[in-house]
Amino acid sequence: MSATLAPPPAAASDASADEPALQTRALRVWYGASLALRDVDLDVPRHRITALIGPSGCGKSTLLRCFNRMNDLVPDARVEGDVRFDGVSIVGPKVDAVTLRRRVGMVFQKPNPFPKSIYNNIAWGARINGYRGDMDELVERSLRRAALWDEVREKLHRSGLDLSGGQQQRLCIARTLAVEPEVILMDEPCSALDPISTARVEDLMEDLKDDYTIVIVTHNMQQARRVSDVTACLMPDVEAGGGRRTGVLVEVSPTDVLFTNPVDPRTEAYITGRVG
Amino acid sequence: MSVESAGRFHPRRRSRALAGPVFAAACLLATLTGVLALAVLTLAVVAAAASDGGLIDLLHRLAVNPQSGDPARAGFRVGIVGSAWLLALTALIGIPTGVGAGVFLEEYMPAGRLKGAIQTNIANLAGVPSVVYGILGLAVFARAFGVSGLALGPSLLAGALTLSLLILPTIVVTTQEALRTVPPSLRHAAMALGATRWQVVAGHVLPSALPGILTGTILGLSRVVGETAPLLMVGAAGSLLRPPRGPMDRYSALPVEIYNYAKEPDPAFQAVTAGGILILVALLLSMNAVAIVIRDRFRRRR
Repeated sequence: MSATLAPPPAAASDASADEPALQTRALRVWYGASLALRDVDLDVPRHRITALIGPSGCGKSTLLRCFNRMNDLVPDARVEGDVRFDGVSIVGPKVDAVTLRRRVGMVFQKPNPFPKSIYNNIAWGARINGYRGDMDELVERSLRRAALWDEVREKLHRSGLDLSGGQQQRLCIARTLAVEPEVILMDEPCSALDPISTARVEDLMEDLKDDYTIVIVTHNMQQARRVSDVTACLMPDVEAGGGRRTGVLVEVSPTDVLFTNPVDPRTEAYITGRVG
Repeated sequence: MSVESAGRFHPRRRSRALAGPVFAAACLLATLTGVLALAVLTLAVVAAAASDGGLIDLLHRLAVNPQSGDPARAGFRVGIVGSAWLLALTALIGIPTGVGAGVFLEEYMPAGRLKGAIQTNIANLAGVPSVVYGILGLAVFARAFGVSGLALGPSLLAGALTLSLLILPTIVVTTQEALRTVPPSLRHAAMALGATRWQVVAGHVLPSALPGILTGTILGLSRVVGETAPLLMVGAAGSLLRPPRGPMDRYSALPVEIYNYAKEPDPAFQAVTAGGILILVALLLSMNAVAIVIRDRFRRRR
């Protein structure tokens, strides 16, 4: 993978606009001897919000973690097939996962700010990636972009852990934005938040999608419906047998189509609440 | 009238109510055993030291005078300076080695049979009697297996190296335990921003684990101050009249001198010995106090 830093996504030219930001082909993920995900072919469109839905254990998070190589941290995880980012394969030992992770950011299920000041929560990622610009300006810009600036501008040097859960999650988003990624992966970002905080994060996502490609894993079908442009439904494959369940991708459609007129009967069963 | 009604239940409320306090009293007794022992010990030592006259005067004299065959002029100056040297050198050698090993084992080494073997080894080392370390230090550091150019002889450095080995397992294990308490979510957050493993460890994992590491390290070091047996093996001198001037110098240590005074037949030395013990205990307690202060300060900052 080339280590060249792409221009800020907002300035990305139209030439590549039609090409999917992320693609998987014949993707399989193994955890030791058990197959967690089978034969996933998915295109994630650029500057859209793509939701991954499905019941527990269907491999949504596993799929999400293929996009920034976080599965590398699981000792016996193995990825087969291809995952491409901007058309370039990101599978295999030759790919620099560290460089990839700056360009493909991630927000986690539970807010996990660093036990540092709000300011340093933002600045740390930029600093370790060799940011040479005006740090104060970057911190302010990132916090503004994450709709948190007005709430924290007076207390930038207080600990990030002093914030409420919803604020912490927006701080985590701001931290991710500060290293100027092109893609933001969100792993159930609202499942630990109250409804009001959830609404703020959803508004923020809507706001960010002009500049970033967003992939969100969610258990909440209403949320997928509210925020996403495209929805991919994964299901555990009942016929695979064997101890663990293997996830398969059953349907990818524009969100309004998937929820009103699903093609696959398994999708319909899931979204109408008969499965999962 | 009782709320109890007859029937198939026999609640035995009175004996059940009694069981709790009895158990609590037994536990209290167990707790008091330790506290009482410490109190009796302290009182006995203070009494022995005070038998000589003014306690403060005695302690002052003991801290200033070098060793002597005359109880009225005997002191621990050489031993105190020697122990301070040992402490500093051991910290210098033992802390980087122990923390480094702990970080490597916990953060870098892949799980496997080799790691398991090393881990078991370290756990076993923690249980080895200190006199065995003394023999090891004598063979390896003081005599260098007979290679005269490398042999350190009865020097401070040989003593400090031996004591470093002694506290190494403690430091490695407490470092590992402290690193294990750092939540995975913190590592993931840093990784997801494009941090290298080193950046994750240096930027987040070590700072978070630092209070735990420091506490374990200081407790390990306080063992250094009290150890006697291994130092006798590697040649801490019984009678030296001047404190060491460098790491290659001959030395004595506070507990070694206490041991030597305790062997003196003249009963006048009992006060000297007791005074030395008081100095040693005061030193240990203040080191533990420092450990607690450091730990609390770091905790509060987070």
